[in-house]
Amino acid sequence: MREITLSQAVNEALAEEMRRDDTVFIIGEDVAEAGTPFKVLSGLVEEFGTGRVVDTPIAEPGFMGLAVGAAMTGTRPVVDLMFGDFLYLIMDQLCNQAAKTHYMSGGKMRAPLVVRTNLGATRRSAAQHSQSLHALVAHIPGLKVALPSSAYEAKGLMKTAIRDNNPVVIFEDKLMYNDKAPVPEEEFLIPFGEANIKRPGTDITLIGTSSMVQVCEKAAEILSCEGIEAEVIDPRTIVPLDEATLLASAKKTSRVIVVDEGHQSYGVTGEIASRINEKAFYHLDAPVLRMGAMDVPVPFSPALEDLTVPTPEAVAEAARRLMSGEMIHAA
Amino acid sequence: MAQTKTNTEDYLRMYAQMVRIRTFEDTANQLYLSAKMPGLTHMYSGEEAVAVGICEALTTTDRITSTHRGHGHCVAKGAAFKEMFCELLGKEEGYCRGKGGSMHIADQFNGNLGANAIVGGSMGIATGSAFTAKMQGRDDVTVCFFGDGATAQGLLYEVMNMAALWKLPVIYACENNGYSEYTATAEIAAGSITARAEAFGIEAHQVDGQDVLAVNTLTQDLVARARKGEGPFFLELMTYRYHGHHVGDINREYYRSKDEERDWKDNRDPIVKFRGWLVDQGVASEAEIEAMNAEIKQDAAEAVEYALNARYPAESEVDMHVYADIEHALAPHTA
Repeated sequence: MREITLSQAVNEALAEEMRRDDTVFIIGEDVAEAGTPFKVLSGLVEEFGTGRVVDTPIAEPGFMGLAVGAAMTGTRPVVDLMFGDFLYLIMDQLCNQAAKTHYMSGGKMRAPLVVRTNLGATRRSAAQHSQSLHALVAHIPGLKVALPSSAYEAKGLMKTAIRDNNPVVIFEDKLMYNDKAPVPEEEFLIPFGEANIKRPGTDITLIGTSSMVQVCEKAAEILSCEGIEAEVIDPRTIVPLDEATLLASAKKTSRVIVVDEGHQSYGVTGEIASRINEKAFYHLDAPVLRMGAMDVPVPFSPALEDLTVPTPEAVAEAARRLMSGEMIHAA
Repeated sequence: MAQTKTNTEDYLRMYAQMVRIRTFEDTANQLYLSAKMPGLTHMYSGEEAVAVGICEALTTTDRITSTHRGHGHCVAKGAAFKEMFCELLGKEEGYCRGKGGSMHIADQFNGNLGANAIVGGSMGIATGSAFTAKMQGRDDVTVCFFGDGATAQGLLYEVMNMAALWKLPVIYACENNGYSEYTATAEIAAGSITARAEAFGIEAHQVDGQDVLAVNTLTQDLVARARKGEGPFFLELMTYRYHGHHVGDINREYYRSKDEERDWKDNRDPIVKFRGWLVDQGVASEAEIEAMNAEIKQDAAEAVEYALNARYPAESEVDMHVYADIEHALAPHTA
């Protein structure tokens, strides 16, 4: 199968959906001729014109709000939010308006839009361009949240997001734009709420999101050399969450680590760990561990930044301790 | 009163719509005072000529966005009493199945994209609605209602900038009722409100919001021009809020005097003014007007009686409409 970059995968997904449905348009800062700072959208304005690849002023709440109104009246906007950190700027329009439109209207109105943005530290971009804020939006009923872990997921989930009749926030890991993966040439979609078992295993379950899937896969390789077979699962969407697949794996292996790049406290890792505790407790041989980003603003200095995110070595070490029984009574 | 070429039927409908708003609000206030209505509500009384003057210049396919003080816009855009009272009382037959209430009432069939409980929260939505019209080559126009208090929100300036850049068919209608919640507008608004729109190259007008014909004549002209791609436009409508910020805001002399309130009610009431004009011009007799008032009062009484006796939504509705295409958001297979 051909391999393309995550960036190309997103570009293809958008182009295909825009050809298929002329109500789909892209709106955001420097999306047209510039094709975004990451060049993900290069070439789209040439095909679809500035009427459908719409450059805006630097006014995130403004173009987010505009997208909500456009979605409510018959279009499917894809809002390009240049950095996930800018979510704070659009929270009212996304969470008070878009997320609640369908419910507050008793199901009569809807806001089918996509916010495409990113997450991920270690790009030496410091505290305001490095955050992984997906837990913020996953907390809000009415929003769906997708976290592609490779070019394949980036394409399939984006196409599903655009066709969904609800507001969807999709986070790409900005360090993965140039990473290649096999992506079929023929059309495909990845349904929301279907986790992917990336690597089967029997001894411990590693649940990873976004680029943490690769961290978990690398940890699994390390562990495999030591005779520990880890199962790696990528939920792909955290809202909706494929609880059934996660629980089945937890019951099978009896040990689970949840790895996610959002801050650890009050985050995605805690939510997934809690669901496993509630629903698979009597199948567990060890506490479910959370491994999130350190609860500090992301520092600039590489010497410090690299300490803040989970690494394959750290995940493998935590798995060893769980397997050895060391953490059964851990504080 | 401003002169206009509108015909008799239109005059009478404008009058009736203003009376319908006042009657709706008086009835809603009674529901609150008699503890029959859950929560609070924000009365539109005194501002009727604004909503009616503007909405009478629109068609059903033109859209509006409304505010927390939104009953007037909802009535003026064509909503029915029964579904409105049901919504205010949280009943199943309300416009939003009781899930929105007074502050989120919406009537998409008549082009009302909804009231909004975030001050200024609908400015983006209105601009996006106009964006859709332009993108899809339709000639419908969107009116964005908001109060003077909302002019302090940054969102207004972000979306006016884009609307002006892209010549969107949107009319920003600022209802300046003199008070931003419990604070005089002069204390929260520096400089001129219309000049803020003009800074973006948007044609702005200040108009007497108590004169329904003046509002309607100007809006008709702007709507016609917006349909031709000459928008956006900005209106500052000078009006007055008879009640407090909400129905529970009773003792308000610390921010405005009873003399001031009396002066607006006695000398500048939009309904009294228009009624006098209709009689003077021979459009309707006092007797015809009284009959119209009585009929509207009867309609409201019947609607509120119906709503009081109507069903609440079933408990199973609580997790419905969280997501489109998912019947129950908390059903095990979707959790």
